[in-house]
Formats: sequence, structure tokens, C-alpha cells
Amino acid sequence: MGPNGSGKSTLAQVLAGRETYEVTRGEVLYEGKNLLEMAPEERACEGVFMAFQYPVEIPGVSSAQFLKAALNAIRRARGLEELDAMEFLALVKQKFKVLGVDEKLLHRSVNEGFSGGEKKRNEIFQMALLEPRLCILDETDSGLDIDALKIVASGVNGLRSPGRAILVITHYQRLLNYIIPDYVHVLVDGRIVRSGGKELALELEEKGYALIEGGAGAAAPGRR
Amino acid sequence: MVAVTLAKDRYLENFDRFARVSAGSGQEWLGLVRQAAIARFAELGFPTIRDEDWRFTNVAPIAQASFARANGSGAELSPRDIDQFAVPGLVGPQLVFVNGRYAPRLSSPGSLSDGATVSSLAQAFTDARTVLEPHLARYADYARDGFTALNTAFMEDGGFVYVPRGRVIEAPIRLLYVSTETADPIVTHPRNVIVLEEDSQAVIVEEYVTLGAEVYFSNVVTEVVVGQNSVLSHYLIERDSEQAFNVSTLRVQQGRSSNVASHTVLLGGALVRNNVHPVMAGEGSECLINGLFMATGRQHMDNFMRVEHASPHCDSRQFYNGILDGRSHGVFSGRIIVHKDAQKTDAKQTNKNLLLSEEAQIDSKPQLEIYADDVKCTHGATIGQMDEGAIFYLRSRGIAEDAARALLLFGFANESLERMKVGPIRKYLEALVTQWLPQGKLVEES
Ligand SMILES: Nc1ncnc2c1ncn2[C@@H]1O[C@H](COP(=O)(O)OP(=O)(O)O)[C@@H](O)[C@H]1O
Ligand SMILES: [Mg+2]
Repeated sequence: MGPNGSGKSTLAQVLAGRETYEVTRGEVLYEGKNLLEMAPEERACEGVFMAFQYPVEIPGVSSAQFLKAALNAIRRARGLEELDAMEFLALVKQKFKVLGVDEKLLHRSVNEGFSGGEKKRNEIFQMALLEPRLCILDETDSGLDIDALKIVASGVNGLRSPGRAILVITHYQRLLNYIIPDYVHVLVDGRIVRSGGKELALELEEKGYALIEGGAGAAAPGRR
Repeated sequence: MVAVTLAKDRYLENFDRFARVSAGSGQEWLGLVRQAAIARFAELGFPTIRDEDWRFTNVAPIAQASFARANGSGAELSPRDIDQFAVPGLVGPQLVFVNGRYAPRLSSPGSLSDGATVSSLAQAFTDARTVLEPHLARYADYARDGFTALNTAFMEDGGFVYVPRGRVIEAPIRLLYVSTETADPIVTHPRNVIVLEEDSQAVIVEEYVTLGAEVYFSNVVTEVVVGQNSVLSHYLIERDSEQAFNVSTLRVQQGRSSNVASHTVLLGGALVRNNVHPVMAGEGSECLINGLFMATGRQHMDNFMRVEHASPHCDSRQFYNGILDGRSHGVFSGRIIVHKDAQKTDAKQTNKNLLLSEEAQIDSKPQLEIYADDVKCTHGATIGQMDEGAIFYLRSRGIAEDAARALLLFGFANESLERMKVGPIRKYLEALVTQWLPQGKLVEES
């Protein structure tokens, strides 16, 4: 959690491999490997997944085509057989059911003309399909109504397992009513200024970031 | 200038010979049209880049080349030779033309009931004069355009489709033009005439392909009359050799409440000019003008739209996507003309272009001529490279960079294909487009 402009999206994008960011210092070890040396697609194949804060529209490319390409690329990397059209469809339909996604989505262009909620839900759906080991959700809850929020939360909860880490970036405590976090970290000005359990989120809700920032200022000075 | 004049003289000489041969065949009415057209061509000649409508396209390579008239070569083709051009899953009448001439042995016009006709134009000149005469050369204006004048002077064959009142022909009617290797480069003047009476419906697929021919010139005119309340889709698929010349004009006359879709895909040719000219003459008509052009090497593809709103309450939608690679040159001119009485016109135009190389070039020019005051006209053009944000999105899902680029490029082309309603044609074009893409294999595999 953290106020606007504190570097949450930057962290997420850097982890996913966005090349417009240059990492000047430090390293990122993921399952013992140097993540920063990998191309974005290699990271995805290794199990990193970021749900975009602003998912991209890709006109002319159907969701079916996109999902199948992604799934098979990742399966190849994991040494699994690629799925043919029939097997792919069967798997997708089963996942659709769990998340209550309309099958028509398959024939629509990726994210094109989707409402904000549909886009976010589509990110969660991709996550469920690709079964990553590190999930990063960048403000997936922003702008969602309560029904959409519940769907996103149930998607995330359905993926929780000991072999999987989920980093949920959010502004609001609201989401945390549905996804109970194991840990809460507060990012301010590019630094983690406080860490705690789920109570920390409640405290933030009550006092706001200003207090935390102020309180943490001496211990962890911001960049500025 | 001297060379251009010489080429023009050659056409004029050829015409005299042509006129002598076709004289006395009981088609004096046709002779008169041809005579008027050649007289006009003698005045107009070929356009030059000083002509506003040809600013970006220099037709000197056509005007200066010496093309022979087709002499019936290629007649020995068997149906197996053209198997490779079959569209999987497409059932319907098909007329095949070899070097501009109707090839009955390769064709399957089928037999349509209720007075509908699908035949060669040569046949229609004698059999369907009463349908033809009121329309032929009435819409495609040979007084304005040298190429149309030339076509009109030399027209002798092509596709003829007549759909009487109330008749719906669901199966697409395909006109396949095959060019074969000839001793000398040849010119053909395919002329297609499509007449839909009121409350009728048809789909026409016009396609240009090559069987070993390299340099040739197809000078095409397609005249379409769409009666009141009728629905027509027209597809133009241009897959000429990379050294060929193709100038084609689609001229559509729309009646009241008619609905027309024009779909164009340009893939081949050294120099291609694609004129699309609908006139919405009847109130409440609609027109979709959808196109995709993909050029590479030194290909030149010029798309010239002239959309005329000639009566009130008509809607037109233009969408053209261009992909330009190598040292190719693309042109999109989108002229929208709203006549004085065409109130409540709603006209939209979008031209999007992707440049894949430093040397590729595009000229995009919208042009609005509006003489009415209560109209809605919008246009927009984009020229750019591929969206890096979209590439990252695909890569972040595990798709390798080259495959991501291929997929995105396919998507850009597919925006145009998605607007096409005939499934087998869409699939056929998806495959052709994928083949064209530098990394198309990666799209197929994904
Ligand atoms: N570690 C960092 N080093 C330098 N600039 C940063 C860093 N983290 C964030 N920024 C900059 O701060 C701005 C806001 O960051 P962003 O990640 O969008 O914040 P948030 O998602 O928390 O609202 C961005 O312009 C980004 O470039
Ligand atoms: Mg952010």
C-alpha cells in the first residue's frame, strides 16, 4: 500500500520487465535467479505475472488467439505439451466457469471496448489460466464496483497456495475485506516505511498515509 | 512528354483495329459508346502528377510501357491449374477470366432461378442489352478519367450480374481474373457490370491473381447499380505479380435506403491505383468502405476514395488500414463530397498506417467538400510504428518478442478483415495476410 506516486507501479513494472525503466542499483532475485537479466517473456515463462493497472487494448487480435499463444509459450517453457485448439478450449471454458466469465470474450479482441471492470477481470482470468508463481496485481481493485471487486477477490483467493506468492498493490483497505493479506507493507517515496499484519491496513484507513509518512519520516527518509 | 504521347497514339491505333473487328456484330450501340470514350481518351491521355487527383502517383511506367492487346492466350488452362486459387468453403457461382477473356471451361456460373443472371459481359452484350444499355458507362465517368475512358473504349469482357427485384442471392458470386505468361506484356480492360434491382441482395467477389505472368496491366472498371432498399457487398482482392500494374475503379450508384459494403485488400502489384467511388443518390442509404493495403519492396499502392453524399440522411463509413514495409509507398486520399441537398449527412473516415521501415512512405490526405449545412463529417489519420506498450503486454504473458510483433501486425490487418461478413473469404484473407507478414509463421504457430 502507499500513496499516489510512491513507486508502486514502478516496482511492479520493473519486476515484469518493462524496458522503459532503467534499474540503476540493486538486484532482484527470484527463485535464486537474477530476474533483471531476463526478458519479459522469460520472466513470464518462469512464473512471473503482473496484472496491469491499465491493461492494453489489442485490436484485431482475438482473446482466444492471444490466450492460446501465451499459454502454449509458457507450457513449452515448462516442458509441457502444447495444447491444441480443442484442449485449449476445454481448459478455458472450465476456467471461465469458475470466474463467471462470458465465453463470448474469446471472440472479442483483447481488451478492446471492454469496460474498466471487464479489463481488470480479464487480467485475473489470464492469471488463473497461466498459473504463475509470483502474481503482482497493480491496483486491480481501482474503479471496480462491489460486484466486480468480489469477482476479482475470489479469483485471487482461488489461486492462493503455498507454492505461490501474491503481491497485491492497492490504495484502499476495501479490497482487503475480501482478500485477507498475510503481510502489509507501506511504500512511501520508493521505500518500505512500515510492515505489519492485516491490522496495519485498518490503521492506515483510520489515520491516513500522512500520519504514517510523518511517523516514519525520521526512520526512513524518502528520496526527494 | 514525348514518350507519353507515343503510348497514347499506340492505344489510338489499337482502337482503330479493335473497332474494325468488332464492327458489324449487331452492337452499334456499343460501338457508339466506345467511339465516344476513345475520343475522350484522345483528349485526356494519361494523368500526370500535375493533376491534383494523381499528385502522389506517377503513372509514367504505365503510360510509357508498350502493352500488347490480349490475343486469347492462356485458353489451354485446365481447371486444375487454378485449383490453387480456390477459396475453401466458398460455394457459389464463379466466373473465371484468363487474360481478360471469359473462360467457360474453368467457370461454374451455376443456374440461378427467377431471372437472375450471372454471365460474361461479352455474352450480356448480346443477351442482356435491355438491362445493360440503361446503365453501361452511365456512372463510371469516362469524361473525367483517362483510365476509365480507355477501359470504356476497349471493354469487351468481364462479369455481368443481374439480380431482379426482390431476389436474394446469398452465395457469393466470384469473378476471378487470372493472368498467365504471355510473349509480350499485355493490357486487359476488364469491365464488370452489376445491376441489383430494388429489394434485392448479392455479394460480389472480384479477385486478380497471376499464374506466372510478371509484367501486365489490368485496367478495370466495375459499375454497380444498387436499387432501392437493396443490399450489396463487394470484395476486391488484388494479388497481382510484384511487377504488374493494376488500376481499378469501383463506381457504385446507390438508390434510396440501399446498403453497400466495399471491401478491398491490396497485396500485389508494382503500381496499384484503387478508386472507390460510391454515389449515394437515394435518401437514407448507407455505405461502408473498408480497405487494407500491404506493400513492401518498391510497391506503390494508391487508394483514392471519392464518397459522394448526393441526398439527405445518408451514412458513410470509411476505414482504411495500411502496412508499409521496405521502400514501398502508400497513398490514401479520402474525399468526401456532400452535395447541397444532402442534409443530415453522417460521414466518417479513418485511415491508419503502420510504417515498418525507415524508407517506407505514406501520404494520407483527407478532403472534405461540403455544400450542405446540417452535416456531420469527421476524419482522422494516423501514421506510426507499432505500439511498444502492446508489445510489452504480450511479452509479459510469455509471448516472445518476434511473435508479439507478428501478432500485433496481424491484429492491425485483421481489423479490416473483421469487418467482412463472408466467413470463407475472411479466412482466406487471414491466411493470405499471414503469409505476407514478415514473421507470419509465428502467428500461425501461436
Ligand atoms: N525507485 C524509483 N526511482 C526513480 N523514480 C521513481 C522510482 N519509483 C517511482 N518513481 C517515479 O515516481 C513516479 C510515480 O511512480 P508510480 O510507480 O507511478 O507510483 P504509484 O504507482 O505508487 O502511484 C513515476 O514517474 C516514477 O518514474
Ligand atoms: Mg500506480
